[in-house]
Amino acid sequence: MGPDVTWYLVVSALLFSIGTLGVLLRRSPLVVLLSLEIMLNSANLALIAFSRLHGDHDGQIFALSVMAVAASEVVVGLGLIVAVARRKLVLDVDRFRVLRG
Amino acid sequence: MGNVLVWAIWIGAAGACLGSGIAVVSFANPFFSALALIGNLASLAVLFLLASAEFVAAAQVLVYAGAVMVMFLFVIAYLGGRADAPFAGGPSWVSVGAVVAATALLVEIVVVIGLKAGDLLSDEADVGSAFGSPGEIGRFFLTDHLLAFEITSIVLLIAAVGGVILGTKTRAEEELDRLDGAAP
Repeated sequence: MGPDVTWYLVVSALLFSIGTLGVLLRRSPLVVLLSLEIMLNSANLALIAFSRLHGDHDGQIFALSVMAVAASEVVVGLGLIVAVARRKLVLDVDRFRVLRG
Repeated sequence: MGNVLVWAIWIGAAGACLGSGIAVVSFANPFFSALALIGNLASLAVLFLLASAEFVAAAQVLVYAGAVMVMFLFVIAYLGGRADAPFAGGPSWVSVGAVVAATALLVEIVVVIGLKAGDLLSDEADVGSAFGSPGEIGRFFLTDHLLAFEITSIVLLIAAVGGVILGTKTRAEEELDRLDGAAP
């Protein structure tokens, strides 16, 4: 047998913190989105580890749903970034105060 | 012997996963960040495989490392140099606060899991070879989790419509373009 669930959870917690760091530290909305993906994937890793622990498929089903929602989120987030860039505004999350068209 | 091999692959994948995660956060050029995230997703897929989630690992590589990241790279290429975002400079109170918050989150997760589930994590259930296979996942999606399946499809449809609406020019933008064209 390979490593048990504890090790998966350690990696998952570390990845989640790295993602949080990226979301909080970086100014570029693109890198914030990329860091958000890291956070979502660390949650997926925890879900799959627990799914293996319990021998139950529900965690894997949830992870697949998370992937679909993450794909939707990327579409809308990138759409917003492109819309902001088309208006020749500065791409800096600290300067996005109002999203009114 | 097989045990050692599994551990070696696991440690390699976990190290690649954490290293590329740090790389995503620390590269100044978002293009390299996106490439590092592809590596991160691929090594996560290896971890998924080792946790006997074959279908999720395949979907991870196809959907995430493939489709989603290609879309990211297209947008980064479209934005060109404007997407670059180096760090603001020396440590400000914002970055110190960010590091403190992330560390607090990590400690919190570890403490809660250690306190609540520490001794429950060692006895893994026995699973057959069909666990996590596409057939099993598909059967569960179409029987027990049909509602989640349908709602996911609606979410994807709404996201597609939202992407189209965000991508088309509004009347105000066309007016702005017309004024820009007339000005010089």
